Amino acid sequence: MLSCRRRASLPAPGRHSGRIPEWHTDTRTDMRTVLQQAASAGPPHAVCWEEAATGAGGAQPPELSAMSRAAEAVGWRVSEAPPGAAARPGFCSLYKAPRCPDTPRVFTGRLLSSPRRANSSISTRANTERKKNKTGSTRGARKPYNEVIDLSSGDLHRAGLKPLSFVRQVLAACLYPQLLTSEKMPEDVRQRVQRLLGCIEGGVGSYTATAGVSEIVHRVSEFITRRDRGVSSYPENIYISPGSQWSLGNVLNILVNSQASPRTGVLTPVPCHSTTTLSLMSLGAVIIPYYLNEEQGWELQVKELHRALESAKGVCNPVALYVINPGNPSGYVQSRKSIQEVIRFVSEKRLFLLADEVYQDCVYGENVEFVSYKRVLAEMGPPLSDTVELASFHSASKGFMGECGLRGGYVELVNLDPAVMKYVHTLFSTDACAPVLGQIALDLMMHPPQPGDPSYHLYNVETQNIRTAVIHNAKRASEVVNSLPGFCCQPVEGGAFAFPRLHLPPKAIQKAKEVGIEPDAFYCLRLLKDAGVLVRPGCEYRQKEGTHHI
Amino acid sequence: MSASRMLSPRHVRLLSRGRDEFLTAGPGAGPGLRSLTSPPLLSSSSCSSSSSSSSRALSSLSATRRGLPREKMAENGVTSRAKVLTIDTMNPTVKKVEYAVRGPIVQRAVELERELSEGMKKPFAEVIKANIGDAHAMGQQPITFFRQVLALCSYPELLNDSTFPEDAKSRARHILQSCGGNSMGSYSASQGIDAVRQDVANYIERRDGGVPCDPDDIYLTTGASDGIVTMLKLLVCGEGASRTGVMISIPQYPLYSAALAELGAVQINYYLNEEKCWSLDIGELQRSLDEARQYCNPRALCIINPGNPTGKVSFIHFGQSQVQTRQCIEDVIRFAAQERLFLMADEVYQDNVYAEGCQFHSFKKVLFDMGPEYSNTVELASFHSTSKCYMGECGFRGGYMEIINMDDEVKAQLTKLVSVRLCPPVPGQALMDLVVNPPQPGEPSYNNFIKERTSTLAALAEKAKLTEQVLNTVQGISCNPVQGAMYSFPRITIPEKAVKEAKDNGQQPDMFYCMKMLEEMGICLVPGSGFGQKDGTYHF
Repeated sequence: MLSCRRRASLPAPGRHSGRIPEWHTDTRTDMRTVLQQAASAGPPHAVCWEEAATGAGGAQPPELSAMSRAAEAVGWRVSEAPPGAAARPGFCSLYKAPRCPDTPRVFTGRLLSSPRRANSSISTRANTERKKNKTGSTRGARKPYNEVIDLSSGDLHRAGLKPLSFVRQVLAACLYPQLLTSEKMPEDVRQRVQRLLGCIEGGVGSYTATAGVSEIVHRVSEFITRRDRGVSSYPENIYISPGSQWSLGNVLNILVNSQASPRTGVLTPVPCHSTTTLSLMSLGAVIIPYYLNEEQGWELQVKELHRALESAKGVCNPVALYVINPGNPSGYVQSRKSIQEVIRFVSEKRLFLLADEVYQDCVYGENVEFVSYKRVLAEMGPPLSDTVELASFHSASKGFMGECGLRGGYVELVNLDPAVMKYVHTLFSTDACAPVLGQIALDLMMHPPQPGDPSYHLYNVETQNIRTAVIHNAKRASEVVNSLPGFCCQPVEGGAFAFPRLHLPPKAIQKAKEVGIEPDAFYCLRLLKDAGVLVRPGCEYRQKEGTHHI
Repeated sequence: MSASRMLSPRHVRLLSRGRDEFLTAGPGAGPGLRSLTSPPLLSSSSCSSSSSSSSRALSSLSATRRGLPREKMAENGVTSRAKVLTIDTMNPTVKKVEYAVRGPIVQRAVELERELSEGMKKPFAEVIKANIGDAHAMGQQPITFFRQVLALCSYPELLNDSTFPEDAKSRARHILQSCGGNSMGSYSASQGIDAVRQDVANYIERRDGGVPCDPDDIYLTTGASDGIVTMLKLLVCGEGASRTGVMISIPQYPLYSAALAELGAVQINYYLNEEKCWSLDIGELQRSLDEARQYCNPRALCIINPGNPTGKVSFIHFGQSQVQTRQCIEDVIRFAAQERLFLMADEVYQDNVYAEGCQFHSFKKVLFDMGPEYSNTVELASFHSTSKCYMGECGFRGGYMEIINMDDEVKAQLTKLVSVRLCPPVPGQALMDLVVNPPQPGEPSYNNFIKERTSTLAALAEKAKLTEQVLNTVQGISCNPVQGAMYSFPRITIPEKAVKEAKDNGQQPDMFYCMKMLEEMGICLVPGSGFGQKDGTYHF
């Protein structure tokens, strides 16, 4: 179905390139969108599946049937599946059977070294497989699949979704203002371009102020105020950067003292996308893992935070708590109550709060609503609202716009010491400024076409389509994954990913150990080799010991 | 050979610290590691009482004056809740970072602009920003072909528009094909789009008269500054006298000093010779190196070629721009080889060499001409960007670096390190592709492209000359001829009285001069003290 989308989208060639960049890191790389866009995708896709799902039979999407094939390849016959699986193919039962240790154990820091290597080997392998495939036709080498399906990235455009027309029209006309005279550009696009070019001295080829184009920063601030139902937001506390990870890196750089003894510690969720862990490590911070509760849909539990903090005693000096809401890769969306608890916790323990909220527009669970940390903090009133130091991150890469390649994100800093803000400014200055197109993308995201504008109708149709596809996929992903032997997936409420649990037979685990790689990485490699599906092993995101995920 | 490399894996602490980066415990941790034998889960009551510091923090909250949340210390000696992150608890290396090109003068200039727009009376009508090397903000026109291709890539429906030339369309198709999902909106590989790296490699081969270039050695970056900072991160390690030292030219572009301060590395200054057009001399390199060896471990030598005092985001330093002569480059390479230094060549002005009789020689070309003794051993990183020269597209943040003779394991670490930023902006990568692969003779856009490029370069050269001439007519200012870059670095003679007044205010004399210039004339300059200068001389 990926190919189906692609056919429909661009007139451009290179369609099935299904490129997998050699190792891609993590964030983008996870398995989830995976299932969603890929696996289920909206109605038009269904047709495709049938076309494609020849070998596996039934209307099962190819990647999924491939998964079960690969499962067999790993030595997983249904009869051999973990206890309970054979008897009851339903998942929950399966899930309960091979009980995982209830008490969280601290993950045995298998740091970057190994999972990263696994990761790279998987992507590299994907490349090789693809190359082989290309040449395959001439040499007659047969593979059980026609193209490598990359389910590892949370990248909407890569997955074949079409960029929003309004966004791209504005970008094109900003780049090449001669287009303003073209009748093809709707009136509101032209107005927007004129306004943007009017406030960017020298056009998109110029540097902007350190924090970003002042008008765009103001627009971000208005968006935050609107989102948080009137909680005020100050433009001078907002910095636009080349992607949210970049601003996270800068804020961490101020927090983490690499020469200090004991070293600086940061509480970090498990599972967590590996970009942040990598960032922390490169700054010389100690990662203090806290485990999300898989049994409760990857809920964040404050008692676990207490345990994690306690575990850091005497080892490092914890200064910050990093939370990802909606969760990546867990897909869990925090409730207001849960956020309040976390805020009380950081206030009591005197921690700086880092809230990664880049998936705030991707919330689709029933009765689930995204509430920002900033809003909850403000609603809790003084003294908390005046004291808790918070950095909240957002980006143009996620949401329904999905413009990852343009690199536009921002951080809003709340309650920071003004003396420290001065250094924040200096630090962001050394990066010069965020790419102007990324800044424009943020502007468009913060202020999309309104009812009555000429572009509104098309914009609305396009975003609705994406939304429907994503919601449909999210549901479908957990349903389908749960129907496969050996898998168990918590419901996905938000974000772009699912993090299904894999119950591997002991034989497979042993085999993986013999080869010297993590069992789930082993599974992913086999999945790629035998079925041409690229997913990321859970060991890259870290997981409770003895559990395996993709 | 790898054993002889400057940058070997054991020097790269960065990402290979391995397991002690995580809090480790449990069965896998082994007895030797700090093990936190599965700490018991705390009940909520026990934890609130367990943290005495936190209860203290909470009780002090009542004393907080609610109306003034940011007050750190309340009056009457009552301590309010202190911030977690204060000037005392923040990362100390960040405090040392200074960035003149976006420093106090520039901030003041922005304030003045706002005051002007609010109708305040000033002795000038507008603020002239002579501080940043931002060609477009100064009125330089973008190259039409580049913008056409980028517009096509952004909105591929335009591929059916007959007003766009065919060569622009075919470039756009070429770029889109190499993007995930055929969209510039998807992430690329962290190292950059494969096809673009291939094009960059082809360009370098052409530029260097056939010296081979492997696309695997090319890393696309978020502007050249990103590449420079990344390389410095890889290089810096050690403590005390073994702390990494990096040699930079004075005057320099402040990016280097800022990055070195942030990394806690030792900055080693070598001075360019103002009397000889800011030229570089090996004796001076040797002097600064020998001095530095006494207190740090010099591991890298940064060279700007062609020179410019202010590199990236700089300011009106039309001036100090020595085009390194070929001989000089050979000497530098020999020096680096002999002293075992990693060479970092900032070559962002390579397309800007316009003084008569000057030609651009890349470090790589010269290195390979010197034969295998050097070309197989000297480790070199060369940087380029889309921001300077005739393109002047600063806002795209496009750039690349080429890495030569780097140890394979270190290269793997480098690849890992760049992945922290996910990927460079894709439009910047696309633009880089166009810069290295411009319209060719016979293509529809060729004539127009050449016309635009020539007039832009001519305008830059004219401005350079004009700047030099005009500045030299002003009493108290002397300026060297501008050969390559976009700035000049004129020397000013400041009367003693003014020097004294500045010192009384606690300002550098040239900072004082520039501030006055801004307040009274509305001209924004960057003082030479931000770039470094010999004691007792002043520049802007």
